[in-house]
Amino acid sequence: MITDSSPLRLSLRGITKRYPGCVANNKIDLDIHAGDIHALLGENGAGKSTLMKVIYGLVKPDEGDVLWEGEPVAIKDPAFARQMGIGMVFQHFSLFDTLTVTENIALALGKEAGDLPSLAKKIKAVSEKYGMTIQPDRLVHSLSVGERQRVEIVRCLVQDIKLLILDEPTSVLTPQEVDTLFETLRQLASEGCSILFISHKLQEVKALCHRATVLRAGEVSGHCLTENEDAASLARMMVGADTPITATFAKQFGTEPVLQVKQLSIPSESHFGMSLKDINLTVNAGEIVGIAGVAGNGQEELLASLSGETLSPPGTLFFKGQDVAQRRPNHRRALGLGFVPEERLGRGAIPDMSLTENSLLTGFLMNLLRKGFVHWNRTRNFTDRINNEFQVKTAGREATANSLSGGNLQKFIIGREILQQPDILVAAHPTWGVDIGAATAIHKALIALRNQGAAILVVSEDIDELFLIADRIGAICDGRISPLTPTEHASIEIVGRQMAGDFQAAS
Amino acid sequence: MIKLEPRGERSKAMAYASPVFAFLLTVLTGVILFSSLGINPWHALVTLFYTPISDVYGLTELAVKATPILICAIGLSVVFKAQIWNIGAEGQLLMGALTGGVVALQLIDAEGFWVLPLVMISGVLGGMLWSGIAAFLKVHFNSNEILTTIMMNYIALNILLWGVHGPLKDPQGFNFPESAMFGDSALMPILIEGTRVHFGLALALLAVVAIWVLMSHSFIGFQIRVIGMDHGAARLSGFKGKHLTYLTMLISGGLAGLAGISEVAGPIGQLIPSVSPGYGYAAIIVAFLGRLNPFGIVLATFLMGLLYMGGEMAQIELGLPLALTNLFQGMLLFYLLACDVFINFRLRWSGPRKPASALRTEG
Repeated sequence: MITDSSPLRLSLRGITKRYPGCVANNKIDLDIHAGDIHALLGENGAGKSTLMKVIYGLVKPDEGDVLWEGEPVAIKDPAFARQMGIGMVFQHFSLFDTLTVTENIALALGKEAGDLPSLAKKIKAVSEKYGMTIQPDRLVHSLSVGERQRVEIVRCLVQDIKLLILDEPTSVLTPQEVDTLFETLRQLASEGCSILFISHKLQEVKALCHRATVLRAGEVSGHCLTENEDAASLARMMVGADTPITATFAKQFGTEPVLQVKQLSIPSESHFGMSLKDINLTVNAGEIVGIAGVAGNGQEELLASLSGETLSPPGTLFFKGQDVAQRRPNHRRALGLGFVPEERLGRGAIPDMSLTENSLLTGFLMNLLRKGFVHWNRTRNFTDRINNEFQVKTAGREATANSLSGGNLQKFIIGREILQQPDILVAAHPTWGVDIGAATAIHKALIALRNQGAAILVVSEDIDELFLIADRIGAICDGRISPLTPTEHASIEIVGRQMAGDFQAAS
Repeated sequence: MIKLEPRGERSKAMAYASPVFAFLLTVLTGVILFSSLGINPWHALVTLFYTPISDVYGLTELAVKATPILICAIGLSVVFKAQIWNIGAEGQLLMGALTGGVVALQLIDAEGFWVLPLVMISGVLGGMLWSGIAAFLKVHFNSNEILTTIMMNYIALNILLWGVHGPLKDPQGFNFPESAMFGDSALMPILIEGTRVHFGLALALLAVVAIWVLMSHSFIGFQIRVIGMDHGAARLSGFKGKHLTYLTMLISGGLAGLAGISEVAGPIGQLIPSVSPGYGYAAIIVAFLGRLNPFGIVLATFLMGLLYMGGEMAQIELGLPLALTNLFQGMLLFYLLACDVFINFRLRWSGPRKPASALRTEG
């Protein structure tokens, strides 16, 4: 365990960064000691990303000082940060699919890379030392997401590293992969490397980190030792005093099948897409089925075939017993489908259109049309209903979608779909990037819809969320879907193995 | 140092102010231009923008000039809303004039109320055919409509030239490259006695209202706007992209065709090589200057029509070349695009920073 006596590696003093219309960071102080695993906690939009970009030299702070091992420094760009010994693993990897691991790392290192064969040796040595086996000559597109993350980490480790920053590194990993990653990070820390671990997952922070700095709305809301806190007290610091943050829901079993997928196989059209392979899935009335999975394992393709954006072979998809495989999205909606896509701005809502227009976007079957003409009055009423019943914070129904925060827009979209009283609701990542308060509201709304007898399918990368709301749970891996298990009998361990493709792992 | 900084949100005020700024900057540049040519800039501006409409006759002539531009521009506002870039209104206008003209020439001696509607419809169909080809190429072969419509402008012009130099030439026309004059039943009725203001103006205003209703109140219009803003959202809602591509292209092509036949069956009265002095191109500028909004387009049309007349006036009074019209049109579009940058961006002087007082926090 690290004590305050270990030397300070990085200190931030009064870091302030303003953007037009908002203060992303306001007078932030942060101390990271040598060998410390330090968590930076906060909800989306709390200012975590900006702060780490300041440390990595991507953003210049408006005010404040950065001290590196006691000396004031101006980190002018990422190259300078790397020279000092700061490495960073981004949430979205910057790797070229068509190059090998070694070539990718060489590109990132620039002149320091040296010749490729000796770099390859170094990569192999480093990766083995830290238990992150990767083969230097593999092409990146053949690697899993977890392996790609290792490439990014190893890229930082082949240099002399003193501070490793990881931005939400576990969001793309299976639970087992998370354990392996934590082992690696602990080993690194024991050798004196400092680690800044950015996350909003409280259990992980408690499991891994020694200290935590919590940000809320651009300001530090607390520094703490994680051993002195529990998940609830950390959550309090993240969201403030008056947001409801916990809920549990009774599980229930559906009755009759409403959404049925039968032996659905769709070959991928693009080279880097995922083919769907022999998918069988039934969602009954009055239940929520959760599908876990690491991004890029066929979720997008499955969702598109459910929404009707891609049509599938006849006889593979049924709504209430009716074959809809060849029906277009609007026909499926008419048959009772509601759909919440993964992109809020874009497919879910049109950024420059008003909320009224956005409610018409999928709500046009709500008796809002009259002989091909839009009944704008009814549309406005419908919009007001969404905003009221789902507590969407907005300047009004004429506000454009892009003026809403992510959580509010998500509440709007979920509300728009739920108020259409769908018999089937397919929701992709319903609380992705949404603050805890909004997430709880969304979960409650989904449960209420389930209790009314709707069949709900939730696809999410957040396994905790699925355990919270799903009645039956399974995983998607490599374009296949595992058998579903009642959530009460499932464990994170088993679903984790299913996420990694081990479908025998059933209870 | 000056920096461009994203606003975060579109500025509505700037979206409306931009055409005004563009016009002012165009006038300012005009002043510099005239001064350096040794022409009194005040006199030049008056000649350009006031003299043409200083009497009732001038005003009615402006209405005549505005008619084809308005019909084309209101049609273009529909495709442009769908983010389909039909640059071919000129060619579609010429094809409308040609096909409608051919029908009119077959019916020179015919009489009856049905002749004019038949001629008009033929013109509309001619324009639709021309834009429909581009739509077909876009939908089925993913051809870039900017390129195909521009190329088809030249094809249309050359077919018209071939027609009036060849099979459509008036046998009694002393070998001039012109068709015979159309019969009376094929000509547009005059709206105001003693002027050249013809029925086409009424059609133009009718088109403005119809397109406004289509775009603001019909579900199809909503779908067109959605598809222009986000293809993914349109697909997810089950809107049919290919159908909408055809529909919007046919609407704009049909209206351009209507503009063409209104010219030849209106003030011109026959097929000639120079049916249009670039009305189809001017309409593109008008559509954007009017913010793709029907009311804005009406205003912009009259400005553009005035530029045409002012250019002719400047040629007569100041001895300036007719290219002045094109120059001013070009400047107007140039400044408009430049000013539009400020809808999404603002200028910022980066110097000593002022303390930010009323700033809200992120998220």
